[in-house]
Amino acid sequence: MATMDEIDRRIINALQGGFPICPAPYAKAAETIGISQDELLQRLTRLCADGLLSRFGPMYHAEKLGGALTLAAMSVPEERFEEVAEQVNGHREVAHNYAREHHLNMWFVLATEQPSQIDELIAEIEAETGLAVFNMPKREEFFIGLRFEA
Amino acid sequence: MKPPDDIDRRIIVATQAGLPLVPEPYRALADELGLAVEDVMARMQAMLDGGLIRRIGAVPNHYALGYRANGMTVWDVPDDAIAELGKMVGALDFVSHCYHRPRHLPHWPYNLFAMVHGRDRDEVSEKTAHIAELMGVKERGHQILYSQRILKKTGMRFTA
Repeated sequence: MATMDEIDRRIINALQGGFPICPAPYAKAAETIGISQDELLQRLTRLCADGLLSRFGPMYHAEKLGGALTLAAMSVPEERFEEVAEQVNGHREVAHNYAREHHLNMWFVLATEQPSQIDELIAEIEAETGLAVFNMPKREEFFIGLRFEA
Repeated sequence: MKPPDDIDRRIIVATQAGLPLVPEPYRALADELGLAVEDVMARMQAMLDGGLIRRIGAVPNHYALGYRANGMTVWDVPDDAIAELGKMVGALDFVSHCYHRPRHLPHWPYNLFAMVHGRDRDEVSEKTAHIAELMGVKERGHQILYSQRILKKTGMRFTA
């Protein structure tokens, strides 16, 4: 596992939002952290390469871009689990898929460019797998904004 | 806020995997797209102000940072209390997402979802007990669905 030192932690904790939009934003961000621009760029490059950061940049709001998102769950018999995972994952619109410990043991996020495509996609997955898909679209979002302490 | 136009969409596609890690990233982006740097910065600022961009910065890989356990906690709460409870739970610093979602009776009675992260399962379970305590008598039942395995994680990708 990649290691982090005190400065890496400071960077991750300080820069989970609020990165400036200005001609030299890394210089400005580096100043608030108390390091040089070059050091910040080198460290960010390494943190991304080592996988401690998934990426560095804007996080977009899918629905506001005109797309649709939903969370869906299935109860998959253990002996068919791998086969069904492959069928589900084969759809480009499946953004994440997690195995979870529950009677409903497969949970995936569907992201489509058009809201109408969600129902079609769910019907397709039900037809392919012969299993019921429970659609759980969000009705209200209370907060998204966890800041991970590094 | 108006929906993104074609130029906005080109900026979105060019930045969804990250900003260039160079001293002048917006200029690098502008050069790549054949736009003026002032235009790129103004459009990104407008998307940030309008909420199309939730935030700009480091997106940590929580698993690599040591948050190995993730429990999707699901709660059955009265519909008329969900706004109040959702706001309370969503504000907790260990909850990453908090949503109201539909029940599927009789299979699924839960209408409030809160993703809880911890270094191990004990930590997730302690944090969940803390949520239950905060909810008090309004909570009618809950479960923790621990993730066992990531089967796919490509994230969302938009095309221009």
